[in-house]
Amino acid sequence: MMAAQIDAADVETKELNDRLRELLLSGAKRVSIRNVCGQRYIGTRLYTPQGLRMDIEVFGTAGNDLAAFLYGHRIAVHGNAQDGVGNTMDAGEVVVRGRAGDVLGFSMRGGEIYVRDGCGYRAALHMKEYQGKRPVLVIGGRSQDFLGEYMAGGVVIVLDLAGERHDAHFIGTGMHGGVIYLRGSVEQSQVGDQVEISPVDEADRAVLAEYVTRFMERFPETEMTKEEILASGFVRLTPRSRRPYGNLYAY
Amino acid sequence: MKSFVFPEFQVIRDEEKCGQCRGCERQCAFGTHTYDPAADRLVSDDHKCVGCQRCVVFCPKNAIMVRPSPSFYRPNASWSREKIEDLKRQAETGGVLLTGCGSDKPFRIYWDHIVLNASQVTNPSLDPLREPMELRTFLGRKPDVMDISADSGEVEIRTELCPNLVVETPILFSAMSYGAISYNAFRALATAASRSKTYFNTGEGGLPREMREEFGRCAIVQVASGRFGIDAEYLNIAQAVEIKVGQGAKPGIGGHLPGEKVSSSVAETRMIPQGTDAISPAPHHDIYSIEDLSTLITALKEATNYEKPISVKIAAVHNFAAIASGIVRAGADIIAIDGLRGGTGAAPKAIRDNVGIPTELAISSLDRRLREEGIRNRCSIISAGGIRCSSDVIKAIALGADAVYIGSAALIAMGCTLCQKCYTGKCNWGICTQDPRLSGRLNVEIASQRLSNLISAWSHEIREMLGGMGINALESLRGNRDHLRGVGLCEWELDVLGIKGAGE
Repeated sequence: MMAAQIDAADVETKELNDRLRELLLSGAKRVSIRNVCGQRYIGTRLYTPQGLRMDIEVFGTAGNDLAAFLYGHRIAVHGNAQDGVGNTMDAGEVVVRGRAGDVLGFSMRGGEIYVRDGCGYRAALHMKEYQGKRPVLVIGGRSQDFLGEYMAGGVVIVLDLAGERHDAHFIGTGMHGGVIYLRGSVEQSQVGDQVEISPVDEADRAVLAEYVTRFMERFPETEMTKEEILASGFVRLTPRSRRPYGNLYAY
Repeated sequence: MKSFVFPEFQVIRDEEKCGQCRGCERQCAFGTHTYDPAADRLVSDDHKCVGCQRCVVFCPKNAIMVRPSPSFYRPNASWSREKIEDLKRQAETGGVLLTGCGSDKPFRIYWDHIVLNASQVTNPSLDPLREPMELRTFLGRKPDVMDISADSGEVEIRTELCPNLVVETPILFSAMSYGAISYNAFRALATAASRSKTYFNTGEGGLPREMREEFGRCAIVQVASGRFGIDAEYLNIAQAVEIKVGQGAKPGIGGHLPGEKVSSSVAETRMIPQGTDAISPAPHHDIYSIEDLSTLITALKEATNYEKPISVKIAAVHNFAAIASGIVRAGADIIAIDGLRGGTGAAPKAIRDNVGIPTELAISSLDRRLREEGIRNRCSIISAGGIRCSSDVIKAIALGADAVYIGSAALIAMGCTLCQKCYTGKCNWGICTQDPRLSGRLNVEIASQRLSNLISAWSHEIREMLGGMGINALESLRGNRDHLRGVGLCEWELDVLGIKGAGE
């Protein structure tokens, strides 16, 4: 059995994840789940010491903590996702063909998340990178307040494809690593004291080209073309210091 | 700026005994001792001494004495020397006063106002040398109802049991992260836990990959607000997962492991770049409510295939019992409650010495609250913060704890002298440092032996005290306040502890 189907209508979270785990252990490589309606932790119970991998397609609305602690699997959601997508995710890929809720990509350390539309508050909070692991979060719409708070690594790209302008505040408060790219512009009053706003350079453009290309491959329905997006103005947000609280103490 | 602060300690060297071996000079990472070749003698700078007593212990001639400096300001009941000097330090730096270890302030230590019972004549006492005494403890959720069948002649448990930790003695090593403490100290705790059939707690600094296979079976791994070093393997290789919400030494605040302490190996274990500050935010930013906590507890149960108990560690603060009740209802299998005197590698002094409540009061009110609500069986209680000896352990259990965490006590067993300079990273005892020259001083084999000896000694004393009370299983003492009496306590204190006054 290489591909499998689950009908999640009236199936509780635990039972759904029991079935996903059984499928993984029985060798399934692809699973599609229909009628998902808020079931949580999809993809979370799929750790195996041998590192088995699975592609999961979710049809419906994925519940909280989709892909929490994700260990290398790929999940595509045809619909919206609720809060906590990719919480402390380690590796893998999540694609949300819709919008995501709050605390998107919280503390994620690896893998990539693509959200076609916008997301809620506290996205990319305390995201961090490590050796070869550099998490990437691309948001097609806008993000709300506290984006990238305490961010310690990784790449966040907010495309605002509808051109609604970024209205979030407290962006990057306590940021001490990583980079946030915003299409359009942002005022100094919208970002934390620890954040420096600067124009993008050639190296940044290369990063943007790479991930915007991947975004477009996942969401070919996007109205703007890749070239149009890349030709837009972007700003780069980076931390002023890797040690924002280094001088806080008396010794 | 010229510092107006007195030296805290006075180093006295007996010149007749001193052999100019310069051992003290090598032992002190703070640079207190230097050799003056012109005079062929050792000189000391009292300003640099932190009172850790390393040089005293290691002087081959016993030539050194370190004592609190006898200098004093004009005596003033309000302005103690400590208050004056703390203020001067802040005037000189503009910084938050940082300190290490648990609070040294004279809050009432309730352990020392509680006495244990013993059997006389009726209900004779038991001799642990000839009677089996049961200290084995199961930590985790117990079923509301136990359904047993004995149909086929064999007893069978029909109820599905929740995963529990099994400890052979009710003493676990408290969370101390690699990064805060040295690799050798961390490994010594793991080794001792493994030998003594108990558990060590990784703290929030991750579990080094090469230790996972060997020590996973005696590890409780932590998930804290910084989410350092966490991946699915880390969660699955451990025997329990602990969500750290709070710590007795610094309730309500986060922590910053300074970049200087983030060596390449610490960075690898925490899975962050070398030299960056490891910032643990004050709250978990995915937990703003009991419902959010429940979501994380379930996420961890999902991530570990429902095979591990999930613990939630909170600091003992006002109204915490009501919060703990919510935590149990949110699905926690264990609650670790850390009191006012809990230790730390670094905490703002203002917080350490002023926030939280003593663990003795906390255990009793938590146990009572959960019993009153009929949910005591749903979780185990591990008490932490200020456990100094076996009688503290047994009193904690009689007040309602299932087991205790020891942190400072374990460090002292390895050599710590509570000098409170953990945050400087210069621990001369090799415990709280990432400097390889210093951490190399702590021999893993010897340190783990000292820890195992401590566990073994305390366990034996606990058996003795249990036997004296005529009890042959720790289980029979749990929450059994009839075996405790208070001495010199006020009515309200006796009420909170749920014990009678001595003589009653």
